[in-house]
Amino acid sequence: MAGEISDAIIRVRDITVQFGKTRVLDGLNLDVKRGEILGFVGPSGAGKSVLTRTIIGLVPKLSGRIEVFGVDLDAASAAERRGVERRWGILFQQGALFSSLTVRQNIQFPVREYLNVSQRLLDEIMVAKLGMVGLRPEVADRYPSELSGGMIKRVALARALALDPELVFLDEPTSGLDPIGAGDFDELVRTLQRTLGLTVFMVTHDLDSLYTACDRIAVLGNGKIIAAGSIADMQASQHPWLRQYFHGKRARAVMG
Amino acid sequence: MGRGVGILSGDPTLERIARGNGLALCAAGSWTARFAPALERMVAEAEKLSGTRPDIFIDISQVSKLDTFGAWLIERLRRSLNHGGIEAQIAGLSANYSSLVDEVRRVKAEPIVETDRVTITGMLEQVGRSVAGIGGTLIGLIDMLGAVLAAAAHVLVRPRNFRLTSTIHHMEQVCWRAVPIVVLITFLIGCIISQQGIFHFRKFGADIFVVDMLGVLVLREIGVLLVAIMVAGRSGSAYTAELGSMKMREEIDALRTMGFDPIEVLILPRMLALVLALPILAFLGAMAALYGGGLVAWLYGGVEPEAFLLRLRDAISIDHFVVGIIKAPVMAAVIGIVACVEGLAVQGSAESLGQHTTSSVVKGIFFVIVMDGVFAIFFASIGM
Repeated sequence: MAGEISDAIIRVRDITVQFGKTRVLDGLNLDVKRGEILGFVGPSGAGKSVLTRTIIGLVPKLSGRIEVFGVDLDAASAAERRGVERRWGILFQQGALFSSLTVRQNIQFPVREYLNVSQRLLDEIMVAKLGMVGLRPEVADRYPSELSGGMIKRVALARALALDPELVFLDEPTSGLDPIGAGDFDELVRTLQRTLGLTVFMVTHDLDSLYTACDRIAVLGNGKIIAAGSIADMQASQHPWLRQYFHGKRARAVMG
Repeated sequence: MGRGVGILSGDPTLERIARGNGLALCAAGSWTARFAPALERMVAEAEKLSGTRPDIFIDISQVSKLDTFGAWLIERLRRSLNHGGIEAQIAGLSANYSSLVDEVRRVKAEPIVETDRVTITGMLEQVGRSVAGIGGTLIGLIDMLGAVLAAAAHVLVRPRNFRLTSTIHHMEQVCWRAVPIVVLITFLIGCIISQQGIFHFRKFGADIFVVDMLGVLVLREIGVLLVAIMVAGRSGSAYTAELGSMKMREEIDALRTMGFDPIEVLILPRMLALVLALPILAFLGAMAALYGGGLVAWLYGGVEPEAFLLRLRDAISIDHFVVGIIKAPVMAAVIGIVACVEGLAVQGSAESLGQHTTSSVVKGIFFVIVMDGVFAIFFASIGM
């Protein structure tokens, strides 16, 4: 595990999460640097989503400390916490769009709640965000149930980006997309990171995403970070799971 | 240039400064979502310059922070300043923000307008559609009844397809677990009928006739009707919500593609459980109501239990009991069919699930009362 990083946007220290008698995260440490795209990998059921949900406060932790934007989330007042929440956006695995609101209302919802701006600006920003995630303005009046899986992910990303957050959590953004769609999505994340200066925390299983989109990779195993570093570091690692993951049949196919 | 204060505090500003070759609109500070309301006002103010002179340009070299909101508002301002085919220019664009500015430049100008506004004609149309929908509802119910009967016939021919475990599970849910609340409520209703009866009959010295009223009312009508309404609220809504959320998650489609008939797998066990449960609950409810009535008659009206039972034996015949209990399975079938039709009609959204669950209970209770009326006419004409 790398040492202290001075400009860490997320700082996770010694967190332990337990469900019943199963310890999912066991004294885990992790830093996410400002402006990077961190790919977060690990075997299924290792607790990748649990860590994400713990950082954003949806899963209670047994012990440890989480700082986001330098704010200790346990010590923060309600107002400080709301301030932090305004500065991050979250893309859930299934999109988690509000099913009874249209695409337009879904994207405008956080903006409407946090900022007192005119309907005209709301509509224009909504169209701009749809454009950014590669969707046409015509989908604005559709309901989530009328969208394809890929479109749901894109709309959910547009909603996560609605308030121009500094930090975005993506939980398996490319799962369920076709390879071309997934490739586009990786490209999109990269472009947005460049244009908006985002920091991206991406949980993924997709080797292509790791190669094309991520600056740094962290690997979760046995409730801890077993490795963190560039893709070259990962390939050089002697850890058995990493060797299998980065030198298996699929990895060779990706590397061509 | 004397704008340092604005930049340090981060508050965004937009100043008009005459430059040698024209008028510069100098943006400075933090043009981000946080300041969006203020930015919008400033841009709206500056847009009034639109069309006044051709040599206006926007200088954003002093902008310390830019996001989509700021970039779009600058782009909106720039578009409004276009003059007679000459595009207004943005000066001082730093490399950091050029891709963001390019991105918003591609946004189509005209915002799309929402079409559905609430109007009187729209509301009238809605009423018309609802009325016309009643026919569709009835056809849907008959359709489901037919499908359930067909599935039942299929199962009769091939009993191996019958889902006993599922039926027992639903029996537990709708019958066994409903017993406490059904018994409690009917007991209380029995008490109230008895108390009111005694209170009013006493004026004529006819206290004892409360037993006749209680017996006939509870066995013929109240017992079964009240229990049916409770079951519609308790189990009808549960059926609709279960089937509806299964529909939303494509579980029903999955069943169908595996070669199973959702009617046979999901709906038949539920219907059967309900049809078996309601007579049992109606019987228990009627007994609890009689017990409650008898208790109040004794404690409040001074009718001894022996006298109550003797009178009850004279007042009611087996016919009253049969009339009540014969209605129960029919009402159960009506509740079940309404609940299943509504469940399968759920669309993709959470709102739709709520609407159909509500309408399942409302329609279920409505049809139960209509059926009760039909039965009343029928039994009156055959003299029962």
